[in-house]
Formats: sequence, structure tokens, C-alpha cells
Amino acid sequence: MIDSRYEMVIGLEVHVQMQTRSKIFCGCSTQFGQGANTQICPVCSGFPGVLPVLNQEAVQMAIKTGIAIHGQVRPVSEFSRKNYFYPDLPAGYQITQFELPIVEHGHLDLHTESRGAKRIGITRIHMEVDAGKSLHEGIVGGSWVDLNRTGTPLMEIVSEPDMRSSAEAGEYLKKLRAIVRYLGVSDGNMEQGSFRCDANVSVRLKGAEKFGTRCELKNMNSIRNVMRAIEYEAERHIDVIESGGHIVQQTRLWDANANLSRPMRGKEEAHDYRYFPEPDLPPLHLTEERIETIASSMPELPETKKERFIEEYALSDYDAEVLTNSLELADYFEAVARTVAEKGQADPKAAANWVTVELLGVLNKEGLEITQSPVPAAHLGKLIYLIQNNTISGKIAKQVFATLFETGKDPEIIVSEKGLKQVTDSSAIEEEVEKVLAANAKEVELYRGGKTKLIGFFVGQVMKATRGKANPGLVNSILRQKLG
Amino acid sequence: MELSSLTLTQAAQLLQKREISALELTQNHLERIARLESQINAYVTVDTQGALAAAKAADERLQRGDATPLTGIPIAHKDLFITQDLATTCSSRMLAEFKPPYDATVTRRIKEAGGVILGKTNMDEFAMGSSTESSYFGPTHNPWDLERIPGGSSGGSAAAVAADFCVAATGTDTGGSIRQPAALTGITGLKPTYGRVSRFGMVAFASSLDQAGPMTKSAADAALLLQAIAGHDPLDATSIDTPVPDYASLIEGDIRGKRLGIPAEYFGDGLEPDVRKAVEEAIEVFRGLGVETIPIELPHTQHAIPTYYIIAPAEASSNLARYDGVRYGHRCDDPKDLRDLYFRTRAEGFGEEVKRRIMLGTYVLSSGYYDAYYRKAQRVRRLIAGDFTAAFKKVDWILTPTTPGTAFKLGEKTQDPVQMYLSDIFTINVNLAGLPGLSIPCGLDRQGLPIGVQLIGQVLDEGGLLTAAHAFQKATDFHLKRPTPLSAP
Ligand SMILES: [Zn+2]
Repeated sequence: MIDSRYEMVIGLEVHVQMQTRSKIFCGCSTQFGQGANTQICPVCSGFPGVLPVLNQEAVQMAIKTGIAIHGQVRPVSEFSRKNYFYPDLPAGYQITQFELPIVEHGHLDLHTESRGAKRIGITRIHMEVDAGKSLHEGIVGGSWVDLNRTGTPLMEIVSEPDMRSSAEAGEYLKKLRAIVRYLGVSDGNMEQGSFRCDANVSVRLKGAEKFGTRCELKNMNSIRNVMRAIEYEAERHIDVIESGGHIVQQTRLWDANANLSRPMRGKEEAHDYRYFPEPDLPPLHLTEERIETIASSMPELPETKKERFIEEYALSDYDAEVLTNSLELADYFEAVARTVAEKGQADPKAAANWVTVELLGVLNKEGLEITQSPVPAAHLGKLIYLIQNNTISGKIAKQVFATLFETGKDPEIIVSEKGLKQVTDSSAIEEEVEKVLAANAKEVELYRGGKTKLIGFFVGQVMKATRGKANPGLVNSILRQKLG
Repeated sequence: MELSSLTLTQAAQLLQKREISALELTQNHLERIARLESQINAYVTVDTQGALAAAKAADERLQRGDATPLTGIPIAHKDLFITQDLATTCSSRMLAEFKPPYDATVTRRIKEAGGVILGKTNMDEFAMGSSTESSYFGPTHNPWDLERIPGGSSGGSAAAVAADFCVAATGTDTGGSIRQPAALTGITGLKPTYGRVSRFGMVAFASSLDQAGPMTKSAADAALLLQAIAGHDPLDATSIDTPVPDYASLIEGDIRGKRLGIPAEYFGDGLEPDVRKAVEEAIEVFRGLGVETIPIELPHTQHAIPTYYIIAPAEASSNLARYDGVRYGHRCDDPKDLRDLYFRTRAEGFGEEVKRRIMLGTYVLSSGYYDAYYRKAQRVRRLIAGDFTAAFKKVDWILTPTTPGTAFKLGEKTQDPVQMYLSDIFTINVNLAGLPGLSIPCGLDRQGLPIGVQLIGQVLDEGGLLTAAHAFQKATDFHLKRPTPLSAP
């Protein structure tokens, strides 16, 4: 926790790799993980005389994202060149949007646990081209360059410095990532670098108006790392200020292993990018019709979906939030709820519970995504139905679920193979009850003497004897009747 | 008749009628090059084998009867057009060994039309210069006087056409690099509207100004060559998507009643008397053809040179960043580290003029100077374009001298870059405004050196300019004059 007299000021710059079929200025494939320099052409490798031609699919994706964050799509935007030398930047400049980005003035609403709703401004979204990769490890006497990634379309989403805690930053990133995934614009994978975040962090005394000197943090490959890095950096700033020093504006790299940030070498910061409008690309004109057509074809986004889940399924705000965090999870939940409704009685709350508590519990433990779930939604739905129609008890259901997770088998088959069908035959239960009462004469006496709490003990004994298969309701009523 | 002196129009007719073969035409040119090229240095590369193979293929195509006017025509390309598997050097040490794996749209279109590529012509390094003296491969000599420059940067193409080393050539024009050498070598040079011809595969100098065009023996020839290379190209986002008119039939049109604007700003003190006289006589020729002449004003003309020398180097400094020794082209020996690789590669690979412009461009784009220079230059550029828009409300075409003087001596201006830059003073405005401009011969000075007159048109009016030039050439014989030093045995 940071010193309570201070507050953090955080702005985030997120680079999103767009999942277009081809690169932003040429026809090369963007497929990940191919052999080095197998997906390049004279255009993306900066050969003489070649020219960029803008990929309209990337434009489409940037517009979609702009609409999703309530931004204004500019009718005329412009590309510029950002000039610097680097071996993995073949043309010696990066084409990016500078003075006139495609989207401006957006926002994202967070629902923070502590402070409720909060709006984070999004200054702009601009398109730009990704660079290649320099390879140094294991190479003697030089470096190698892989240009496969060169030319991959990126979208840079720049927030206002509106966040005040690492939790807000984490929340903002999760929301943004959910949006780009919903839109099919990006896989949002931070580990593979298709969703990269730089954080601008400063601190100031609470109530102060002026911003403190900020540092830019780079090199964070998970939301957790972003949060840790922000906290570390804020504490570092406070320590420096409290000990009478002052913060030097700089770019720092986050070292996740050492759990600290360190300054990048000064030389790399002394850049003058000499921006100027890209003469090879005419300004990008977007008609209102085009923007409207895209707006009307937008899929349901997390916010709207959440509202609908609360409305349609009567879910809690929390459940709806968790379930709509990812499109795949939301779709999964709806498939489970649908199966339950089709087979028996609609029970979205039960569906939500099974998905968020049981399924996500194991998935998290195994480090799996919902898309990797071994449990088909229809099977989980069927499991809930088996509880509804008294085939199994809730307790047995958890047992069945464990097997279901391991094998992916139809729960009905699991129940019959393992003989887990609930015993609802009252004579069979009566028999077990008699045995339990006979074996525990002392407890029967105590119960009849007024220690009615012992009913739980008897139920437990009967359930144990039937290996959990007895219908607990029946066990209860038969017991009460016999002990009566 | 010497085959090598044929115009494109004449050669195409003889080829179609099968009175000559593409092979003999090509051989004739190759022989002439072999005999006389050492005096001129018009070529960086002569592709004898490629040309002979293309000529044979052209003859088969002519036989089959599916030929175009370019089929079998020996053509030379300025060495900044990318040619697949054929060295493309930009007359720079940086690209001296570069053999590209692709074709420029211009060269591809000419190949597809059946043109025979004789080779690649000399030029100022990366098209920076007005005399072809900044070439890594040595200067080109003007066929009219071997002591003199042929103009630049397309000096090799101009000299090759003037010396009958090819039937026609391609050039590029960023600030006058087609029109100025055309004027100084007595040929016809057309810079089309910016975007009319694809820039794909043209090694970029200043992207917002570069334009490819034909360099030929007549306006009729230019119409045929332009026909083949003009038109929209999906590989160039700045290329104009408007159908290409049939220039060859267009040029026979009547120019009577057309209005020719004469801007006072182009007839000031700097103009050599012989040039003034020849251009004034050209105006009389046009009057005689029924054209009305109208005095006009282009008040921002004087700002063209400083504006150009901010914008062009700015774009060039960025366009030339890719020559870093990492992927292709020249690389210094045994670099210590990355900085050393960049520094030495570029120090060794680029010549003086290129370095001067890179530094100038880097300076005007640097933070703190951008507004004072680049942004202001862009504003002035719009004013210059505005001058033309206003003038074209009153006139159809504008007539000016192409150059202030005739070809100067080799070495005369190399020590004074500003003097060199001033030789493009009448052509640069046209590039800044993106308009089409054309230079045709209109006489000889008292030393027997060619003089050019420039016609400037509105956006996409290449057809009009060619029509006017063709009418002029039907009425005069300046374009038929050939240099004497080479015609002597
Ligand atoms: Zn490519």
C-alpha cells in the first residue's frame, strides 16, 4: 500500500496488434510463429521504390474499436512518418498517425469495488505499423533480424491520466482487452505481445492539482505485472520525494523477476523523431455512411451484454461482470443456461454459479482459458438438469463434475457408469435409517432428550452409508418421522 | 536512313509493317552504343543479352499481330526505375551492386507492351542534381558539346535519346529533372500530373514531388510512351484513378483559339538573351498557329526554390534512411557495432550532394525547426499552387522558358550548390503544384546549343500539352536537329 497522503496518477498506452489477414501496407500474411523472414516482401522489408497501400480491414477494426470506446471517428485522419534508425525498422521510419489520429475523445467506464462507477478518458486511438524483431541470444559475432512481424497493424490506445490506483489500471486493461476480443480485433494476448501496455506513473500529495514528474514503464507482459510495476514505481517516487529528492522523467523497464523497475539507457531516449506527414499515403477520408454501416454491424459489447445478463437472467452485478469479461465465457454461460432451460426449468442463477464457481475454479487452478475447457457447455447444462430432476444430489453433482472435467463425458453416462443415481426409494432409505438408529442408540437417546441438533449427525451417517446417493430431503423427513 | 535515328512513331510504323525487325533495330542501337558510348557515358548498364532476347520475342509478337506501338522499340530506363534481375543503382555506390527481385510499374508496363530494354541510364545520385555530375559512375556528357553537362538528374536518358542511343527513354522529374535535361539536349520531355504515372518501383527521392515521364524525340513519341505507362496502379496509393485518354489520336487536335498565358515572372533578368529570343520566337510560332497569348501573373514564383529546397530534402532525408547496410546495398567492412555499421555504411555509400540534402532535410524536420521551415514551406506550396489555379481561370496553358540558360560546362557549378539549384528555377513550381509540364526544343543559341520552351497545363491535361507541342513541331523543325559531334564518323 502506498503512503495514504499521496495519490497515484496513471495513464496507459496500450498497443493492440490487430488480427487482420494481411499486413497493414502489403499483402503479406500476419500469421504468428512462422519461420524467420518467411512472411516478407519488398514492401514490408523496406526495399527501394516500394510504396505502402493501406489495408482497409485494419481501418475497419480501428473504427470498430473507436465506436466501442464511445470515441469520435475523425472524417479525415492522416499518417505520418516517425524517423529513427533501428535494424528491425527496415525503412528507417515507422508509419503512424500523429497529428490527426483516426479516433479521439473516447472513454471507458470502470466499476471499481471501492468507489463505484468511474469514467476513464481515452485521448485517442491511432493506427501504426509494427517493427520486426532483433535476435541476439545464442548468436555470436552479430545479431539477426526477423522481419515477419514488420508491417503488422497496431492500434495504440492512449488513456487520459485518469487512473488513481493499480487496481483501476488493471480493471481498465481487462475491460479494454475484453472489448478488442469481443470485436475480433485482437486476441489480446499479453504474453505473446499482441496486447502491450506502457504505463505513465506519477504521484502527488492528495488534493494537489499539479501532476508530479512522470516515468514511463515498459516491458510488462501481464496485467498482474502492470499492477505490480505501477505500485513499485509509485512507492519509489514517494520514497524519493520523502527523502528530499526529485523524480527525473525517464523511461524504465519493468523486471518481473527482480520485481523492480530500472531506467533504460539514456541514449535510447534522446530521440528527435522528425515527424512529418507521410507523402506516400493520401489522407484517410471516412464517410459518415461507412462509419454508420460499421456501427450498425457491431456485435453486442461487454457493457451491453452485462446489462442484458442482469435484466434477462436476473444475475447479480458481480456475476454478470465476471461472465461478460470475455466473450467466450459469456457465450459458454448462455449455452449452459439454454441447455438447462430446454431440458427442464430455466435456472440461470444455478448456471451462473456452476460456471463462475465450479468451472472457473478448476480452470484457474489448471491455468486454462474457457476456450480450453474440457467440459462442453451442453454437458454442464445437463448436470444442472440432473440435479433439478432429482437424479443426483447437489453433493453428488460435484463428484460427477470432477469426472466430467477429467473425461468430458456426458454426465448421464457418468452417473450410470458410477452408479451415482440418487436413491429416492423411501423403503430403501428407511432400511438404512433403521440401521443407523440401531447402531447409534446413545445418540438417539440424546436426541429424544432434546439435543435435536444431532439430526445433522444422523443425516450424515445415512448419507455416508448410501455413499451420498440418498435423496437428502427424504432422509431428513424419514429420520424426523422415526425419531419423532 | 540510319535506323538508330528513327523516332518512336516512325520505328513503330516500320515494325508493324515488318519493313524492319525489332532485332535489327535493337542491334543497330547496341552497335551505336558500343561505338560511341565512351564519349557520352549515358548508360550505367547496357543489357545486351536481355535486349536481344526481348527483341526476338517482340519480333514473334509482331509476327502474331498482337503488337502495341511499343513492341520492339529499344528503350532506356533511368537507373532509378527498379528492374527485375537487372542492376538498379540510382548512380550511387550505395546501390552499385543491387539487383532487385521485382519490377517498377513503369518498367513492367513497358515490358508488357513489348518494349525492348537496352539498359539503365546515368543520373545524378538518387536524382539529386541538375547536371548528372553527382553520379557515382562519373558524369554524362552532352552530345551537343562533350565539354558540357546534359542537365540532370535524368541526364543519361536525355543524352541517350539525343545521341540516338535509344529510341526513347524514361525519366523522372522532382523539380525539373525531365524538362531541364530535355531542354539542354534538344529533346522532348514530359512531366505528367503528379500521380498520373505510378511511382511504385521508382527509387524515391521526394515522394510528394517525384513523377515519371517520357523523354523522346518528339511530342508524338511522348504520347505513345505516356500511353503505355500512365494509369492507376493499386500498388501506389497516390496514383490517380482516372481513365487514360488516347493521347496518340488526341494530339492531332486543333489548337486554334486556345489561350496561352505568359507569366512576367519567368522573363526577368536571369534569362540569357539567346534563350529569351528563342522563347519569344516560339510564342510567335504559337500565335501563328492561332493561339491567343495573354500576360498573366504567378506572384509566388520567387518562393519556389527555397520552398522546394525545404520540402524535397525533408522527404529525401527520410526516404534515404533505409540505406543502412542491414539488408541490401553497400555495407562497410567489419563494423564494430551497430552505430559503426550505420555511420560508415552511409558515409561511404552516399556522395556529397546526397549527404548535403540529408543533412538539410534532417535539420528542417527537427523539433523546434519544423514549424519554421517544413510547415511554412507547405503553406507556401499551397500559395504557389493557388497562383496556377487562378491563372488557369484565364488561360489554357502557360508558356515559359524551360531553363534560364543553355547547357553549362562540366564542373562549372559543382562548387556552388545554389547556382546549381537555380538551373531548375523555371521548372520547380510545376512540381510543387503537381501540374503537368513539358519541354520542347525551340532553337539553338549562338554556340549551337539547344534551347527549350516549357508548356504548363492543368491537372491531367497531358493531352492538351502534347497537342500544343505536336502542333508546334509540325510547324517547326527544332526537334529534328541532331548534335553534330557524334554524327561525324
Ligand atoms: Zn510484405
